[in-house]
Amino acid sequence: MTDQSHQRIHISAQFSRELEGVRDDVLTMGGTVESQITKALDALLDGNSELAEQVIALDSNVNELERSISDQCMRILALRQPAAGDLRLVLAVIKVTTDLERIGDEAAKMGRQAVLLSEIGVQEKIAAQVRDVAVRSITMVKNALDSFARLEVGDALSVILSDDDTDEAYANAREWLLLFAEENPASLRVAMSYLWILKGLERIGDHAANIAEQVIFLTEGVDVRHLDSQNTRDLLS
Amino acid sequence: MDQQSKNDIALSIRDLSLSYQGNPSALKSISVDIPRHSVTAIIGASGCGKSSLLRCLNRMNDLIDGVQYSGEVLLEEMNVLSAETNVTALRRRVGMVFQRPNPFPKSVFDNVAYGLKLSGVKSQRHREELVEKALRSAALWDEVQYRLDESALQLSQGQQQRLVIARAIALEPDILLLDEPASSLDPISTLRLEELIYELKQTLTIIIVTHNMQQAARVSDFTAFMNQGHLVEFGPTDTIFTRPSMRETEDYITGRYG
Repeated sequence: MTDQSHQRIHISAQFSRELEGVRDDVLTMGGTVESQITKALDALLDGNSELAEQVIALDSNVNELERSISDQCMRILALRQPAAGDLRLVLAVIKVTTDLERIGDEAAKMGRQAVLLSEIGVQEKIAAQVRDVAVRSITMVKNALDSFARLEVGDALSVILSDDDTDEAYANAREWLLLFAEENPASLRVAMSYLWILKGLERIGDHAANIAEQVIFLTEGVDVRHLDSQNTRDLLS
Repeated sequence: MDQQSKNDIALSIRDLSLSYQGNPSALKSISVDIPRHSVTAIIGASGCGKSSLLRCLNRMNDLIDGVQYSGEVLLEEMNVLSAETNVTALRRRVGMVFQRPNPFPKSVFDNVAYGLKLSGVKSQRHREELVEKALRSAALWDEVQYRLDESALQLSQGQQQRLVIARAIALEPDILLLDEPASSLDPISTLRLEELIYELKQTLTIIIVTHNMQQAARVSDFTAFMNQGHLVEFGPTDTIFTRPSMRETEDYITGRYG
């Protein structure tokens, strides 16, 4: 279905409100997670441990939203027995919230590394490498959430296709960091910390791509998980 | 159509239109092949034509004043709608069960044996065997084997409905038409009936009209969605209920308007 029929009016207004409620909560959770990673990056690059602590604290909000959304989905499945677009929405929401929760975890881990690194001081050259990967990952999350909010298949597809670039940026940054560690053995611990952060950012990109896959499933009824980019394009054309 | 696919089709409906007084277009040019040994559910809002379609398949609509058909309903080589069709013989091959159980005011045994007697099974012993077989197939034997001489009207609604099914399948039809068969049953009887439908499709083809979409989803292999006399969409039930291709279908099964 290319139309956005689940935005159309339900005969049961109560059911409509339940579905809208779940969608709104996913967007709230998405907004929280997005601000978590943006703050985590700022905390890291500015050596701001106070901001990093805020990121860590936000994680419990995200976890609570995940629990509440799962609960709502379970109720809808049990009591409403949704079909077609409604069913796909509920299934997609369950998966999307799992990915959002994991992004939240990655942001919290980044926050903890930022606290440790703030005591050492920011290494400008390394920061530039991290920024490159982080900007890509954060953009992917933002665009994935926008595509969920607007049910834009084209935007979701772009997110999935951009994951290759993020992976490549991660691989380059990692190589650069390994060389840096070899040349500066005294900074091995610092390099390890940044490596953890980079890996986390790369995983955030993967989760964003997963979310975009669910947007495609939700709007088109097509499962594009575990396909390469060409197959994904073919399936949607 | 090659031989293989022909064997997989129990009933072929071709360009079927139906009109009667007060409804000039009850069915509008419907074409669909009903797969053999499977359950096909017909869903749609009241007045969409689903019961009319079902009733074409064993000529029950003949009872309506001013009814007119065009098109074909092919049961193997026989055109069900042809004027030459022996309707009694047709209804033996295409059995039907209605919303409310309608057993005869006779004993449990006689309800099932009645049709057998009419169709020429003369030996009482043979009839007894066939009655037991039909009651077993209808998952009723265990409950009525010591009550065969009791009036069928003593049975519960759920048992009566299975008795009526036993009566229909005793004649070994190719196709069984079920018109809202669970609408007067409680949830447990409904589940028993659904289990029975699953068992029966191993040996015959079932077409069921139901208002209960979850029931259609549970019992059927294929679903036909009808709206205002049109067949909007036909396909495997799991596709219709997870990713229908027509917007009308999506709106109906998700309960939307707009």
